[in-house]
Amino acid sequence: MMPEQLAFTIEVFLNGLMAGVLYALVALGFVLIYKASGIFNYAQGVMALFAALTLVGVMEGQVPFGHLINAILGTEVHHFGWHIPAFLAIVLTMVVMIVLAYCVQRFVFRYLVGQEPIILFMATIGLAYFLEGVGDLMWGSEIKTLDVGLPQGINVWIDEFTYNATGYGFFIDNLDIVASIVAAVLVIGLVMFAQYTKQGRAMRAVADDHQAALSVGVSLNFIWILVWSLAGFVALVAGIMWGAKSGVQFSLSLIALKALPVLMLGGFTSIPGAIVGGLIIGVGEKLFEFLIGAPFLGGATENWFAYMLALVFLVFRPQGLFGEKIIERV
Amino acid sequence: MSAASVSAGQAGTMERDSVKDQADSYVTDDGRTIGPTVMEMKNITLRFGGVEAIKDISFDIREGEIRAIIGPNGAGKSSMLNVISGFYVPQEGEVWYKGAKRPPMKPYQVAQQGIARTFQNIALFEGMSVLDNVMTGRLTQMKTGMLAQSFWKGPAEREEIENREIAEKVIDFLEIQAIRKTPVARLPYGLKKRVELARALAAEPTILLLDEPMAGMNVEEKEDMSRFILDVNDEFGTTIALIEHDMGVVMDLSDRVVVMDYGRKIGDGSPDEVRNNQEVIDAYLGVAHD
Repeated sequence: MMPEQLAFTIEVFLNGLMAGVLYALVALGFVLIYKASGIFNYAQGVMALFAALTLVGVMEGQVPFGHLINAILGTEVHHFGWHIPAFLAIVLTMVVMIVLAYCVQRFVFRYLVGQEPIILFMATIGLAYFLEGVGDLMWGSEIKTLDVGLPQGINVWIDEFTYNATGYGFFIDNLDIVASIVAAVLVIGLVMFAQYTKQGRAMRAVADDHQAALSVGVSLNFIWILVWSLAGFVALVAGIMWGAKSGVQFSLSLIALKALPVLMLGGFTSIPGAIVGGLIIGVGEKLFEFLIGAPFLGGATENWFAYMLALVFLVFRPQGLFGEKIIERV
Repeated sequence: MSAASVSAGQAGTMERDSVKDQADSYVTDDGRTIGPTVMEMKNITLRFGGVEAIKDISFDIREGEIRAIIGPNGAGKSSMLNVISGFYVPQEGEVWYKGAKRPPMKPYQVAQQGIARTFQNIALFEGMSVLDNVMTGRLTQMKTGMLAQSFWKGPAEREEIENREIAEKVIDFLEIQAIRKTPVARLPYGLKKRVELARALAAEPTILLLDEPMAGMNVEEKEDMSRFILDVNDEFGTTIALIEHDMGVVMDLSDRVVVMDYGRKIGDGSPDEVRNNQEVIDAYLGVAHD
C-alpha cells in the first residue's frame, strides 16, 4: 500500500503531463511558423479559437454572421437546420483554415517580406484582433459545447488498476489520454513529413536560407501558405482538445499566452522542444502548486509559475533546451 | 529550338521574334560541339537608386560553351549573374532564353526553367547534411504532389529512390562521398564550394552559373575544380557561365570571355582576342613589367 501523499504526487505528476501536452499542442503551431518564416505568430491562440468556433458552427449548421445579418436585415435566422457529422465538419473546418492561410499570406505577409521581425510580430498582433473580431461576428461569443465524440470523464480502467495496485485510485481523464495520443501522432507525423517528403525538404530549405531556396526552385509563397495551413491544422487540433475540455469560449485565446513559456523552454525552432517544454511546464506548475504553492504560498501559483520558470531560462539559457544557439562568426 | 520547348508555366505568354541565330553549331579543337545561342542579354541596364551597376550591356551565351565573365571588383559581374538568375530585375533591356523573350519572373521560376547557380559567398542549407543539400537540388525535377507524398508508399517513394540515385551519382562525380552525411556547417570553405556545385549539378540544368567557384582555393583545389567544370561541360553538355578572377583558369577553361568594367562591357570574344585588347589590359589585366 502506497502512502497517500506519494500517490497524490504521482497523480498530480501524470495530470501535469497531460496538461503539458495540451500546452505543447499550441506551442507546436508557433514553432512551425517561426521555423519557416521567422514570424512569431501572436495569433496562434486565436487561430485555435477560430478553428474551434468554425468547427462547432459547421457541425451545428449555424449561419455564419447570423447576428450581423439579423441586425441589419431584421431577420431571425440562426441555423440552417442541418447537423453535419463530426468527421466531415473537421474536414470542412480544415478547408476554411487553408483558405485563411492563403489569405494571410496573400493579403498580409506577402507585402512584408524582408521586414524586421518586430514588424512581422506586430502584423500578427493585428491578425489576432482581427480574427477574434471575425470569429465573434461569424459565430457569436456565447460559450459553446464541442462534442466530436471524444471520450470524456474518468478512465475507469486506470482507476481500478491503480486502486488494486496501490490502494488509491488515480483520476486520469479519458480526454487527456486521447489528447496525448493525438499529440504524439501529430508530432511524429509532422517530424516525418518535414524529414522525408519533398515538400518537407522544401520547408526546411526555406527555414534555412531564403535565397538558396529560391535558387533551387522553391516558391517561398507556396511554402509559407503550406506552413500556415499546417499551423492552422495544429490550431484546429488544439482547439478541439481544449474546446472539448472546457467548452469553446473566448478565453481560449489566452492559452496562447501560456504557450510562450513553453517556447522559452523548448526553443522557438524545435518541434520536439515544444513537446518537452510543454511537458515540463505542465508537470512543473501542477507539482509546484501541489507541493509548495498550496501548503506554503497560499495557492494560485499555477498562474505565474510557468512565467517564472521561463524567466529563469531567459537568464541562463535563452535559446531554450533545444533551440539553436545563435553564434555569429567574427 | 522552338518556344514550345520553353517551360512558360506560371511566367505567362512569351514573345517570339525571329532571332538571328549565331552561325549554328561548330566543333571546337578538342571535339566539343558548341550550339546556337541559348541565352542572350539585350541592352541590360540595372540601377540601384542613383548608381548604375550595369550600363547597356549585351552579350550572348551559346549552347555547350564555357563563357567567362571577368573584370575588376565592382564591375557588376555578380549583378549580371543576378539578372540572369532573376534575383535582380533590370530597369531596361531584355533577357532572351532559348529563342524567346523572357518575361519578368521570380528566381524560383528561373530555376524551374533549367538555370542553376552557385553563390559567391556560399548559400548552402547550413542546417542540413551534404546529401540533403544535393537532394534539394533535385526539387525542380520531382513532380509528386503533397497528397502522394503524405501517403508515401507508391509514386512518392519511387520518385525519392530515383532522385536519390541521381543525387548519389552527382556526389560520386564530385568525389564528396566521404562527407555525405556531414552537416554542411562543419565543412571547410573549399568543400562547401564543391557541395554547392553538386547541388547545382543535381538539378541537371541547361545553364550553370558559377560565381567565383575558385575563390579562396589553392592551386591543387583549383585544378580539381577546373577538372570538374570541364567534365561537367564535356559529359553533360551543360552550358556554363562563370565569374572568375584567376586569369590562368579563365584563359584555359573558357571558349569565350566577356569583360566588364564599371558596369560597361569593354571586351567580348575568345580568350586570345580579349587578352590582347588594349582597353582590357588598361582596365584589368595590366602588363608584365620586366
